[in-house]
Amino acid sequence: MRGALSDLFWRRPKLLLLLMLLPPVLWLGIVYIGSLFALLLQSFFSIDEFSGLINREFTLKTYGDLLQAANLDIILRTVTMAALVTFASAVIAFPIAYYAARYARGRWKALFYLGVMLPLWSSYLVKIYAWKLILAKEGILTWLLAKLNLLWLLDAWLSLPIVGGNSLSVSFTGTFIVFVYVWLPFMILPVQAALERVPGNLVEASSDLGASPGQTFRNVLFPLALPGIVAGSIFTFSLTLGDYIIPQIIGTSRLFIGQAVYSQQGTAGNIPLAAAFTVVPIVIMGFYLWGAKRMGAFDAL
Amino acid sequence: MRSDRGQSAPLGLKIAAACGLLFLHLPIVLIFVYAFTTEEKSFVWPPPGLTTQWFAVTWNRPDVWEALSLSIRVAAISTAIALVLGTLCAAAVSRTRFFGRETISLLVILPIALPGIITGIALRSAFALADIPFSFWTIVLGHATFCVVVVYNNAVARFRRTSGSMIEASMDLGADGFQTFRHVVLPNIATALLAGGMLAFALSFDEVIVTTFTAGQQQTVPIWMLEELIRPRQRPVTNVVAMVVVLVTLLPILFAYYLTRDGDQIAGGGK
Repeated sequence: MRGALSDLFWRRPKLLLLLMLLPPVLWLGIVYIGSLFALLLQSFFSIDEFSGLINREFTLKTYGDLLQAANLDIILRTVTMAALVTFASAVIAFPIAYYAARYARGRWKALFYLGVMLPLWSSYLVKIYAWKLILAKEGILTWLLAKLNLLWLLDAWLSLPIVGGNSLSVSFTGTFIVFVYVWLPFMILPVQAALERVPGNLVEASSDLGASPGQTFRNVLFPLALPGIVAGSIFTFSLTLGDYIIPQIIGTSRLFIGQAVYSQQGTAGNIPLAAAFTVVPIVIMGFYLWGAKRMGAFDAL
Repeated sequence: MRSDRGQSAPLGLKIAAACGLLFLHLPIVLIFVYAFTTEEKSFVWPPPGLTTQWFAVTWNRPDVWEALSLSIRVAAISTAIALVLGTLCAAAVSRTRFFGRETISLLVILPIALPGIITGIALRSAFALADIPFSFWTIVLGHATFCVVVVYNNAVARFRRTSGSMIEASMDLGADGFQTFRHVVLPNIATALLAGGMLAFALSFDEVIVTTFTAGQQQTVPIWMLEELIRPRQRPVTNVVAMVVVLVTLLPILFAYYLTRDGDQIAGGGK
């Protein structure tokens, strides 16, 4: 029996392939893609404002609701934050990635790798909690700035409109810092992978030909690292677009897309609008991935 | 000798890289200090005193134990499902070329490429449409879906490094497909699967966004923590749990790294 089955698979590899692919494709196809379609479908339903019941008829009304000024505000705020977080992550990640790719060897290289992997894999909530402890009014940052006699700087920053607030833990500045912190490792790894492919003698050739370090960076290193940066930005951008826990715990009461989705499906019970909201990051990421692919970012993943 | 070895980095770069790494690690270290503080109510820094009494308090909290038990059971079963599905998928994709191969690798990556809230709400609305009540299994359903990718990535990488001629040799020597799998393929991919399983376990143990949508009344450890962050009851207990969570996730990661690190140093391994 076993031999016969083995022979059958040997003679007909397509059958074996089919049997191997069936369970994962069925699982992901039914559970995941099926759910996504169910969600998409519901964004074309609408909610009856008086009874609160969902009207299962095809309509574009919910998408009309999405275009209200308040909702557009939420989308614009989230996209702006995602762009800023991506930019800051790229700036902070570059030196770490460059050092790890070009100078770290042996033991140091392993240490750098673990130094990025451990925070990446550490508990997401614990990281947010740690920042709550740091940014709170009576927390470590205030204490540090007081010791340095720099409290006036913090107060001046917090008195600014939009980015300021009562304390860092209830301001957009705080939200921004925590986003950058939590997603930073996702940027470091692809940038490092891209930089590892840059031959060291290219940099030397550039300086031999009389380029200043700044010129070498602009004309040699940066263009070659760009696919890596774009690859990393896929993560930082997408994760910021969808996150609702960071702005809920550290941030103001003004909503981000994720929070809007969560409250629409939960407290408001408006699943169609929540579904329509989720279409926004899907569409944005669709264009983003398409653009990234054209820039060759997928080779750097 | 290549000229870029032995050269030391510019000072500015060293400082920037060191500051970046410190930025990544200091907040996590901070959690460890807070677990020992005598301060009960607020976030006061520096700690007025140090004590180990909160460990005892945490030990006697039944809700913490229930959350931990649920998290471990969910993570174990999700990991088991992900191991089967991920390995099958990796074997199919790496061994043969077929129509729709690219689509399948995209399908596996999609659950973590799209924001977690989309996976979460999609599953929740599907459960609602299909009238499936929330249970232990709805949580597992969500977790297994995004754990597949971790196992898949590890297994694919190892399959690519395993030479196909070994399998042919085994067949030539008269082993049937099952014997070849048992004695040749499995030993070759075992450590990659173990590493993938560890990472999948850690991923599931830590997941919060998808879980908030697929759990009913049950609390996993991250849901418990989220609840404490929004409505704090006893802050020192949260500190202790946070520290334990860091330690519990750290060990599988270190072990997974240890299992897969060979091969990184092989020339061309990063290409």
